[in-house]
Amino acid sequence: MDDVIRTRGLVKTFGRTRALDGVDLTVARGEVHGFLGPNGAGKSTTIRVLLGLLRKDAGEATLLGGDPWHDAVALHRRLAYVPGDVHLWPTLTGGEAIDLLGELRGRSDRRRRDELVERFQLDPTKKCGTYSKGNRQKVAMVAGLAADVELFLLDEPTSGLDPLMETIFQDVVRHMRDAGATVLLSSHILAEAEALCDRISIIREGRVVESGTLAELRHLTRTSVQVTAQHPITDLAALPGVTVVSTQDARSAQLEVDTDRLGAVIERLGPRGVLSLTCSPPTLEELFLRHYGQELTAAHEHDALVAAHSRAGSEEP
Amino acid sequence: MTTLTRTARLLRLALRRDRILLPTWIVAISGIAWATVESYTAMMSDAAQRLATATYAAGNPIARLMDGPAAGTDLGAMSMVESYQVLAILTALMSGQAVVRHTRQDEETGRAELIGSAVVGRHARLSAALLITLGANVVLGLAVAAALVASDLGTTGALAAGLSVAGLGWVFAGVAAVASQVFGTARAANAAVGAALGVAFLLRAVGDLLGHVADSGVQVISAWPSWLSPIGWGQQLRPFQEDNWWIAGLFGGLTLVLASVAYVLADHRDVGAGMVTPRPGPAHAAPGLGTDLGLAWRLQRGTLLTWLGGLVALTAVFASVADSAEDLVAENDQLAEILGRLAPQGTVVDLYFTLTMAIIGIAAAGYTVQVLLRMRAEETTGRLEPVLATAVDRYAWMTRHVTIAFGGTAVILALSGLAGGVVYGAMTGRWAVGVGGLVAAALANAAAALALGGFVVATFGLIPRWAGALAWSALAGSLVVGQLGALLELPQAVLNLSPFTHVPAIPADAFELTPVLVLLGVAGGLTAVGMLAFRHRDAGVVA
Repeated sequence: MDDVIRTRGLVKTFGRTRALDGVDLTVARGEVHGFLGPNGAGKSTTIRVLLGLLRKDAGEATLLGGDPWHDAVALHRRLAYVPGDVHLWPTLTGGEAIDLLGELRGRSDRRRRDELVERFQLDPTKKCGTYSKGNRQKVAMVAGLAADVELFLLDEPTSGLDPLMETIFQDVVRHMRDAGATVLLSSHILAEAEALCDRISIIREGRVVESGTLAELRHLTRTSVQVTAQHPITDLAALPGVTVVSTQDARSAQLEVDTDRLGAVIERLGPRGVLSLTCSPPTLEELFLRHYGQELTAAHEHDALVAAHSRAGSEEP
Repeated sequence: MTTLTRTARLLRLALRRDRILLPTWIVAISGIAWATVESYTAMMSDAAQRLATATYAAGNPIARLMDGPAAGTDLGAMSMVESYQVLAILTALMSGQAVVRHTRQDEETGRAELIGSAVVGRHARLSAALLITLGANVVLGLAVAAALVASDLGTTGALAAGLSVAGLGWVFAGVAAVASQVFGTARAANAAVGAALGVAFLLRAVGDLLGHVADSGVQVISAWPSWLSPIGWGQQLRPFQEDNWWIAGLFGGLTLVLASVAYVLADHRDVGAGMVTPRPGPAHAAPGLGTDLGLAWRLQRGTLLTWLGGLVALTAVFASVADSAEDLVAENDQLAEILGRLAPQGTVVDLYFTLTMAIIGIAAAGYTVQVLLRMRAEETTGRLEPVLATAVDRYAWMTRHVTIAFGGTAVILALSGLAGGVVYGAMTGRWAVGVGGLVAAALANAAAALALGGFVVATFGLIPRWAGALAWSALAGSLVVGQLGALLELPQAVLNLSPFTHVPAIPADAFELTPVLVLLGVAGGLTAVGMLAFRHRDAGVVA
């Protein structure tokens, strides 16, 4: 068993607020692990405990086989951290800040650093005080990703970056994984996690509520099916595990089908003369909304999903 | 005036933010005024005693330098001469910080941008900052007047005394308004206000020393440099003696000029930027930035050099007039005798050096506190987290800042003493007296500054949220105890709380090793406590 990060029942309280309420998180060596959750769910607090910045109140935490609090310095030589909210010294230049953080860690690769500065199109001669948020983020990103280490803790690393930079970031992370590094990527940008992560954990109100590969998680939820047939298909709604989202007429419908019931639905559709059929696996966004949709109406999970969908839809301009 | 749109709403915001801070300042400053008068009244009950004291204060060049120009034998006038210096320093700091807090600091944190994007005039923030600060000074002036009236002093004189305090606060609000436009950071703007305060103090000190005693024998007519200083104006207002109301015009006029300059400068710069455009710097860090003292030194060297320059200059100016002070004392046998008794082991010059270094010592503690609180600033702004996420040990990180704080304090004081000694030696040829006396006194005071520093480190480790407030309060408390402690007849237990109480009065008196060792022990012990506590607490923005 080679887990790079392993926490069991991790608890951290701030006064009366229980920021972490028993976090169980496992990250295996060599994987890119998505750590998903909305603002305030406990992602950053977990990472800060793993960095030995905060002291856990209860539970266990192991990082690279060591104790994050007691072995902080030794562990930090083997990891790099990119915060999502970057504050730098206004009188230092970006280049100086990058070199500083690299030097403080003890291992920095000058060639890789220069290459990343180039790729992220960062002007390292500017004073940190004059950088925009995105450029401050790039400084932290270059400082972190240039490190020659085995573990990367990335806490919403792409906040404030433009889509072009986001693409470069994803490319860099893939290379890091190919080189054998382990990455914990905290994010609420689901497309990013979907594109990069081997496994994901979803955290909610200080607890990990779901963990697994995307395929495993998808299995737990519904596939959306868009179908048009020659004959009426209105009876499909009666099948177990099927919910009709909308119907244009008796011969076409959009359905949500429990993934393990998909076969039965296809079987029923066969004799109806299918004209078109689109099956899309649930997106991470849908998985995510399923968990957070529960907050809205705990009783009707599905209604909540639909509600969340239409809400999300109506926010689009 | 669309540039002032919504000033009133921003003023309400400023009042909301400062609803505890400004009243605390006002109560503290007017409380000091009240306490001084109360104890002065108790001590100076009969007229003969007042006459003797006033004659002494007028004739004694050291008293003129440290306190200001004697202004007759009226109880109110005498107690204002005693307390004005401390009231002025605190009022200037209150005003300067308030303006910087609501202007430059807001720009630095990005709050100004958020506000500026709303329907708010371009000058509304500066105007709100000036209004709240000028208003706070009016309240402070009235509070001081009320405190004096409560001590059975005349209303007219009390109002004049209030004006002398409030007027000074206005001027420094104006100074801070200009500094906030010129400098890109709140730190630099506050430093500029501090420098202006130092210059104002120095001009007034020299002007009063070089002044002459009026025919009455109980009043000093100050020389012209005093009239270049707003602190000097406050004293030339001479509350309870002459009540020179026209000096309000000087205060008001200068404030108006400074505020106008600030508005003009504000029109010629971008929000968030200072007047100096930042230049590009090196693309790569110089070797060593990430090792040992590297980052801490890089962050703190500006503060160190600023304080070093300021205090070296201040000590040099003090030393340069030491000889004149000595001559003035020599002309007055009675005075020479009194001062001789105050300096059992030395001469009048030794006494003068002891008193000078007591002031420089407490000023240097300002450096100690500021540098140590930088640790807290690094933590609250989120800059500590990425550093501690590297292979930097918490002890090591803290040790670097503490080294620069403590080492810097010792260096500042030693070089200040040396500079003063060299100036005095060059003027009189008595090198040993100057260099030896001032450097020894400087280092003795360094022990007290370090003890105060130890207190700051301990609060940072144990109760970080309170570190800033407690550290500055401890410094202000030490200033009040040092300047007014004896006069206020504070109990010895309270006097003992200030580390500077325990500094041996060298070269005027004999050197004692024990208190210095105790002070250094306290400094070391509290520092160890602070470092240990920091090792065991949460670190970062949330702590």
